[in-house]
Amino acid sequence: MKQQLERILQRVQKPARYIGGEYNEIIKDKSKINIRFAFCFPDTYEIGMSNLGLHILYGVLNGEPDVWCERVFAPWGDMEEEMRRCNVPLYALESGDPISSFDIIGFSLGYEMSYTNVLNMLDLAGIPIKASDRKELFPIVFAGGTSCVNPEPMSDFFDLFAIGEGEELDLDIVNLLKIAKKGGWDKTRFLSEAAKIPGVYVPSLYDISYNSDGTLNSVLTNNGAPMVVTKRIIEELENSYFPSRTIVPSTEIVHDRVSLELFRGCIRGCRFCQAGYVYRPVRRRSPDFLLKKAEEALSDSGYEEITLSSLSTSDYKGLNELCDDLLEWCEPRKVSLSLPSLRADNFSMELMSKVQKVRRSGLTFAPEAGSQRLRDVINKNVREEELLESCRVAFEGGWNSLKLYFMLGLPTETDEDVLAIADLVNKVLDTWRTYAKNRSRGVKINVSTSCFVPKPHTPFQWESQIDMAEYSRRVKLLRENMRSRSVSYSWHEPDVSFVEAVLSRGDRRVGRAIEEAWRLGGKLDSWSEYFSFDRWVSAFEKCGLDMSFYACRVRNIDEVLPWNIISVGVDKSYLESERKNAYAGKITPDCRALCTGCGANSLLLRRDCDE
Amino acid sequence: MSRLLMRKTGNAKYLSHLDLMRTMQRAFVRAGLEIKHTQGFNPHPYMSFALPLSVGIESLCELMDFELDDATELERIPCTLNQKLPAGLHIVSAYRSENKFKNIKWLDIFCELYYDDEVPENAVTRLQNIFSKSVVVEKRTKRGTAQIDIFPLIGSLRINRTAEKVVAIDARISAQDPSLNPGLLITAINKYEQSLTPDFTKMERREIYDADLKVFR
Ligand code: SF4
Repeated sequence: MKQQLERILQRVQKPARYIGGEYNEIIKDKSKINIRFAFCFPDTYEIGMSNLGLHILYGVLNGEPDVWCERVFAPWGDMEEEMRRCNVPLYALESGDPISSFDIIGFSLGYEMSYTNVLNMLDLAGIPIKASDRKELFPIVFAGGTSCVNPEPMSDFFDLFAIGEGEELDLDIVNLLKIAKKGGWDKTRFLSEAAKIPGVYVPSLYDISYNSDGTLNSVLTNNGAPMVVTKRIIEELENSYFPSRTIVPSTEIVHDRVSLELFRGCIRGCRFCQAGYVYRPVRRRSPDFLLKKAEEALSDSGYEEITLSSLSTSDYKGLNELCDDLLEWCEPRKVSLSLPSLRADNFSMELMSKVQKVRRSGLTFAPEAGSQRLRDVINKNVREEELLESCRVAFEGGWNSLKLYFMLGLPTETDEDVLAIADLVNKVLDTWRTYAKNRSRGVKINVSTSCFVPKPHTPFQWESQIDMAEYSRRVKLLRENMRSRSVSYSWHEPDVSFVEAVLSRGDRRVGRAIEEAWRLGGKLDSWSEYFSFDRWVSAFEKCGLDMSFYACRVRNIDEVLPWNIISVGVDKSYLESERKNAYAGKITPDCRALCTGCGANSLLLRRDCDE
Repeated sequence: MSRLLMRKTGNAKYLSHLDLMRTMQRAFVRAGLEIKHTQGFNPHPYMSFALPLSVGIESLCELMDFELDDATELERIPCTLNQKLPAGLHIVSAYRSENKFKNIKWLDIFCELYYDDEVPENAVTRLQNIFSKSVVVEKRTKRGTAQIDIFPLIGSLRINRTAEKVVAIDARISAQDPSLNPGLLITAINKYEQSLTPDFTKMERREIYDADLKVFR
């Protein structure tokens, strides 16, 4: 196989992503290994290696002396074609061994558009894609990651799901597998024992029945599997593994830098944001700890850039001091610090100017909605004055380009709200005219919109997505009313969002359509080169499933939702009241101002959320 | 000027020139060795490779110039840096040199031609014949293609059968002004004796020389 592979690599684009061997890659002596673990990321190397979760779990699993965790990524089309033609099965980068002989295969499911890749990778590995066709204990195929908060659409393919943060949970699963291996258990026994691990969902232990209108009737468990699987979290982040020694890719990837995770969770309760709900509650690391780890990670990797990663970085208490300390360390070493996802407030702007001493990158704000009314509906607590004030500071500071992100199709949105985006952009332009330092250079405002996708476990989980024609109409409306030469408007096509909406709130039957889409050639769906809307439409048609039923239908408040089986810690009643607040245009204070009792604190032994 | 002699073998041959630069830059930082940065608006570490290598070709003799902030550290470089490099990159030595890269003239390239069925009859002689006179091949240039005669760019050439299904070419070719892309040797075989086109080729850069055929360091 080795020479076969060598030949293939001569013919494909960017062969460096298929070879492993990077600095800090972990190689172990196979003869001393009990469990071979294939960590599969269902997208390309460049995307997967940019994922912080991968580096964390790789470190955690390889911390076990008798476990060897290796990485597997989806090959690009040309590589896949060659592999199939030359009978090279999907292999792990570290050992080059085919993963079909591994004990356990874990997929990281971060977004719906990677679903077809899962099937494609299993197939490339020569592993039956359906869990029910894999009778033997080995390999166990499971998934973790954000998308698993609604596991149902992918439940035909995985033996089990790990819900929530994986640091402890994945080890629990591996440890059980060790016992099973030693005891010679069969798969049935293993799965029914695994279902007892908190955070593990074993779909084969549940029976689903449907009503005549297509909605779920009931979910019954057998074998004593739990009625609700509650996500796992790490309570004390500082006591758990921190990735300060990570693999440094030799070839270019998307996010090629140290990523410093300040905290998990988010104090804001933006009602459209799934991450804001499913990662609750907030758990933070201390500035001292972070500074130490940042220095370790930068020294070890040799990276020339560090970024602060968290859902809402500006909410970190002590951010100013942390940045000062970091800059003090970074500047003489010519390391640059970058801050993504800042809020458009004064504090952030001050910080921004400080950070930009090292390197200047683009400035991005995400007001999400144009009118204050609609921003109140979605609980995006950015006021127009704040945004314009931030713009003023930016323009005075010499910035002359700005990106603004909005969503179209948010619940209750009217044409007035759409036009308010154009208004807001005009005000930003006025601000530039009034305050720009050097007007002769002109200004560029990049406005972009995407189509809102209602997500499970958010207050909008019952809402309908607007249909594609309606989205296009609103895009047109906005475009016609935003004609300044200084503004360039780009919009995401609604077809991807529509498929996303179908998959994210799908039930078990949707799995058939995913399989069909893959059989029709679907893969790498998050890449426009590969995504085909028509293919998804034919796949659903072939399975007799109506895509609009999943995307564009308002659910009854007491409908049995496919993801009811999963709890992320937030009470359903809280989501309901947040939905009511949305319709009333009522703002909910953030967790720092006031705990509004979402229930997520019950995941903590200490019962008190960090701020 | 401080200079490294390094190897780029095995899978490291798939790293591009840019990959290699970035990797070396980070390896220096990991090793705690500070290299001098360029002056100017966007300072970056100064490093320069002789004869950039095409992706897919191994090399035993890559040369990289750089300058250390603290020149006394030169000696410990191979040992410290080697612990900080990905698989396939290996520093052989670090030293001072005033010999400019522009003095490089020739390089040795070793090509293994693999034939899956069997080595064609009289392959060695027939290959030798191809390269014993003017060899005109099509070369891709920035402005399309051009016909060039590579014969003058070949200093010497030895052909041997090295294994049951392998024939090896040991060629000394022009390294620069103008350089000969070793891939054109295979292009020539394909053009003049198509039946000798190998199923698979491996190449390795083995040594570099100045105009007097003295090993260049
Ligand atoms: S329990 Fe209170 S403080 Fe904690 S996440 Fe929920 S609302 Fe916020």
